[in-house]
Amino acid sequence: MKNLVILGSGTAGTMMANHLRPKLNKGEWNISIVDQYKTHYYQPGFLFLPFDTYTEEQVKKVGKKFIPKGVNYIQKKIEKILPEDNKVELEDETLDYDILIVATGSKIAPDETEGLLGPLWKKDIFDFYTFEGALALRNKLREWEGGKLVVHITELPIKCPVAPLEFAFLADSYFKEKGMRNKVDITYVTPLDGAFTKPTCSTALSYLLEEKGIKLEPDFAIERVDNENKKIIDYADKKVPFDLLVTVPTNMGDEVIERSGMGDDLNFIPTHKHTLQSIEHENVFVIGDATNVPASKAGSVAHFQAETLTDNILLYLKGYKLKEEFDGHANCFIETGDKKALLIDFNYVTEPVHGTFPFSKIGPLKLLKESVFNHWGKLVFRWIYWNMLLKGIAIPFVSRNMSFKGKVFDIKK
Amino acid sequence: METTIAGYKINTTEDGYLTDFSQWTKEIGEGLAKEQGIEMTDKHWEVVEFLQGKHKEDTALSIRGIKKSGVIDIKSFYALFPGGPLKKSTLIAGIPKPKSCI
Repeated sequence: MKNLVILGSGTAGTMMANHLRPKLNKGEWNISIVDQYKTHYYQPGFLFLPFDTYTEEQVKKVGKKFIPKGVNYIQKKIEKILPEDNKVELEDETLDYDILIVATGSKIAPDETEGLLGPLWKKDIFDFYTFEGALALRNKLREWEGGKLVVHITELPIKCPVAPLEFAFLADSYFKEKGMRNKVDITYVTPLDGAFTKPTCSTALSYLLEEKGIKLEPDFAIERVDNENKKIIDYADKKVPFDLLVTVPTNMGDEVIERSGMGDDLNFIPTHKHTLQSIEHENVFVIGDATNVPASKAGSVAHFQAETLTDNILLYLKGYKLKEEFDGHANCFIETGDKKALLIDFNYVTEPVHGTFPFSKIGPLKLLKESVFNHWGKLVFRWIYWNMLLKGIAIPFVSRNMSFKGKVFDIKK
Repeated sequence: METTIAGYKINTTEDGYLTDFSQWTKEIGEGLAKEQGIEMTDKHWEVVEFLQGKHKEDTALSIRGIKKSGVIDIKSFYALFPGGPLKKSTLIAGIPKPKSCI
């Protein structure tokens, strides 16, 4: 028997188990998936938890439920990957593999910023990239009486790069609904040179910040948090005061990647951006947030990658050349508040475009334009995630590579 | 769009970044720097070359990358390219500025 081992049973790892089990002969291949945690979180839901839009139960389920029959589910800690020996050390056993898929994701590393884990952490400073952080922030917002709300990105890359902006938009709606918007001052702080950094988007969307009265602090690369005076301070000594700081800390790949000496500065694994094969080891493949490919770290990206990677693993096993197919395709809803949302569709080289999705001229979803329908799309997506996406069921009419039908490339339109 | 820098015609994005790195020369880099009010020194060029190397490797550019580069420390980086050092140094280097997905 040969062994295929998947590390991580998050979005990407679970999808790969579901894709590969029916395609690999059971008499020939064992498939194992390893994850130390029991719970599978619907991470896009973390954006809605702080505003009491979703309940705790709506964003978490037992992970094992989504692993197909015939796949060996191992709930243990991964100590180290030994790619030269084709082995993975777990807490109390060692697995041999013929093929390894690394899907260990990314997570926040607040200790990378001086003062972030100081006395104000979880009192006046929160993250919403973890279940615990989003819940603590929900409890804070329920009783908060207003003041300076600062929504902040530490550095890139981060998981779901639009989430902090969505957070600012949803905060505007939330405080309006609570009748206390006039007591809250919202500032969006980013290390980039604007909230929108691509010409198509800044042309189409710049009005949003102004319309919602959200202040912008661009080019802010944080050096430290001053807990005593409640300020964040950047390398140019710029200071932004806050009463409530909602920050997206540095995002890094899992520590096991560092322990195994397989990652870059941020523990992301060097990966071929079109085939998803690791650069260093030909029988190691990497998917989702764990890679260093210049695509967005997002569930939709992992979904499109999974289709290409499944084909490539089958090609690899037969000794054929891999398809250089993955194009960086991402397709994301962006909540803009007031029960509206945008939808964006883009890849490595093409910026988000206007048009309709998924059907040319028909839609029903509109790209790069706010609509109520897009907001429903985002809410329906939670059902799609649990019932289709994780199981590796293709989403009808949405292809792995970006389609150019029904899209408008002139940014003035 | 097409524009003229240091007597050369170049193609740039609306915010002034070269769209085709093969058009870049040191004279153009110098011209782009002048427009930013920056007089290039050896240290400036060292940073620009480092960034161009990283861009060639398809590595995302960040303040962290600068910190670990061994080429320059952050405070001096800010002093060399005041007011948004990454966006200014990438512009001078003829490579795209760091972007998000929107």
